[in-house]
Amino acid sequence: MTPKTLVDKIWDLHVVEPGASDLLYIDLHLLHEVSSPQAFAGLREAGRTVRRPSHSVATTDHDVPTDGRELPADASAAQQLRVLADNCRDNDIELHQVGSPGQGIVHVIGPQMGLTRPGTTIVCGDSHTATHGAFGAIAFGIGTSEIEHVLATQTLRARRPLSMAVTVTGELGPGVTAKDLALGILAAGGTDAGTGTVIEFRGPAVRALSMEGRMTLCNMAVEMGARSGLVAPDETTFAYLEGRPRAPRGDLWDEAVAAWRTLRSDADAVFDRELVVDAGAVVQRVTWGTNPGQSVPVDGVVPDPAGIAHPGERAAAERALAYMDLRPGTAMRDIGVDVVFIGSCTNSRIEDLRAAAEVLRGRRVADGVRGLVVPGSMLVRQLAEQEGLDRVFTAAGFEWRMPGCSMCVGINGDTVGPGQRCASTSNRNFEGRQGPGARTHLVSPATAAATAVAGRFVTPADL
Amino acid sequence: MEPLVHVTGRGVPLDRPNVDTDQIIPAAWLKKTTRTGYADGLFEQWRQDPDFVLNRPERAGATVLVSGPNFGCGSSREHAPWALHEWGFRAVIAPGFADIFRNNMPNAGLVPVLCEPAVVAAVMAAVTADAAAEIRIDVAGLTVTCEAAGVRAAPFRLDDEARDRLVSGLTQLEMTLRSADRIAAYEAVRAPWLDVTA
Ligand code: SF4
Repeated sequence: MTPKTLVDKIWDLHVVEPGASDLLYIDLHLLHEVSSPQAFAGLREAGRTVRRPSHSVATTDHDVPTDGRELPADASAAQQLRVLADNCRDNDIELHQVGSPGQGIVHVIGPQMGLTRPGTTIVCGDSHTATHGAFGAIAFGIGTSEIEHVLATQTLRARRPLSMAVTVTGELGPGVTAKDLALGILAAGGTDAGTGTVIEFRGPAVRALSMEGRMTLCNMAVEMGARSGLVAPDETTFAYLEGRPRAPRGDLWDEAVAAWRTLRSDADAVFDRELVVDAGAVVQRVTWGTNPGQSVPVDGVVPDPAGIAHPGERAAAERALAYMDLRPGTAMRDIGVDVVFIGSCTNSRIEDLRAAAEVLRGRRVADGVRGLVVPGSMLVRQLAEQEGLDRVFTAAGFEWRMPGCSMCVGINGDTVGPGQRCASTSNRNFEGRQGPGARTHLVSPATAAATAVAGRFVTPADL
Repeated sequence: MEPLVHVTGRGVPLDRPNVDTDQIIPAAWLKKTTRTGYADGLFEQWRQDPDFVLNRPERAGATVLVSGPNFGCGSSREHAPWALHEWGFRAVIAPGFADIFRNNMPNAGLVPVLCEPAVVAAVMAAVTADAAAEIRIDVAGLTVTCEAAGVRAAPFRLDDEARDRLVSGLTQLEMTLRSADRIAAYEAVRAPWLDVTA
């Protein structure tokens, strides 16, 4: 038999009908309020129904207020939340909305419930569905027409992805996180290195990551241009899943684990693309530009576009510096921030909050800096409170918020002001992403916390 | 959907790499529950600059956007191709597209014209120099022609399934519903460990 990659193995398990685009069975469909209303409306108008309501799970996250109010002040956002609730009720779909203990960012609740499982196909109208690949699932974002397609047929038409192996050798240094690794890979490979592929992250430094770290890494695979990222499941995966509310139990658990153990790329499988990264060379990073590939070490300087050979990339870097109001040669350590945001589906899990709290214990945010911690889900929030992390954050001068996407995308009212500079643990530093005119610098939770204390970009070791 | 067999029209040059969907349609526009009403949000931030190419009177009515690599990266929002379509575009020519955006385009009535970088560069130069330069896209034959650029029937890449859909005007869903029996047959033999709802 020809050796196969893990992605091909999982793909083959789900092909309903082969073709130029395969018809692929979808095991889990996640929904949120922003990308789904037109899909449900399309079904309704055509008189169609949801084929497998039990395969869909919905939450509210993008629009929801994080200051404790139940409904957003914005009427259209409030309307969108109502529409999702109506659609879920009418179609018998499980919904975790604000006020319920299961609510949270869609990519945080799937794993925490034990719904995100190895070997499965998972889609959601959201590009960061890639996050779920951390469990060894094929998980990718889809558009609204495709959401309608999945609701009606429980399948999707999709081209078989190309494969890319990103092998991370060695060991990450002390204080260097999965976020730094993701930014490092992006800086090395660029924002379209993974186009057309699903990236399999492998190698000892990936094996050594916790599930939270793997989720951060797979989350950022989409910023590398890939459709998704994944990590072959192992004991770390099984330990995370065991006992979760929706994880299989008893004989079903044993049967599932036996199947999951077979999920790995064959030793001699050939990948379409390969990239090898030395973990030992990865350091704490911060972005300076307006795409996630534009980053430097925290102790580095703003690069000079004149040094970029490609004319298009050079012009883009010049545009980015103008938007970010930065001059080449400025030390990142000398750049002050106005806002620090700890949250988003990249870095809002319990481990992320622990890392930030550890830095903030006994310290205060610098004068004039606004700090926001937005846990990824109600469960993360509750866990953090049990551990007393909320008190660490508030004592340090951070706002302790309710779960949601919040300042990652800035449509719930939590925004960074025009011209303000934000150290953010999210995944996109695009122009205007956190609000019109907002300037975003992507960092890890620990770097974000240290930056809040210093009022400028530093690592915890600098404090 | 309206069948798209040919797209013939003038071009708009947007010579930037990594044009992301947050630029195409900012997130503030995502709070609607309709498929229409997005044209005013198209490149909203960039259009604040009066010199931005879409503000130029000579570009009004153009139907083909020409851009750089990794076009449509970022968020999966189908609102981005909806906004481009509503503005009047029917095709985007680029040397590279982000995957999700490329999948969304045909569903929104837009042709993704993925060409060799040299072809894109020639068309870019021609439409930059002459706002009246005509571009002809043969969707069924998968070629692009722009006489002003010296580009004649240059091939572009699109998978057969997407092409057939664009040309026929059938939606993906309409095509798949013909395979309902196959889906039922698959469900009957699916391995129990794949059932996350069990
Ligand atoms: S946290 Fe940000 S990136 Fe993640 S799903 Fe929400 S808006 Fe998207």
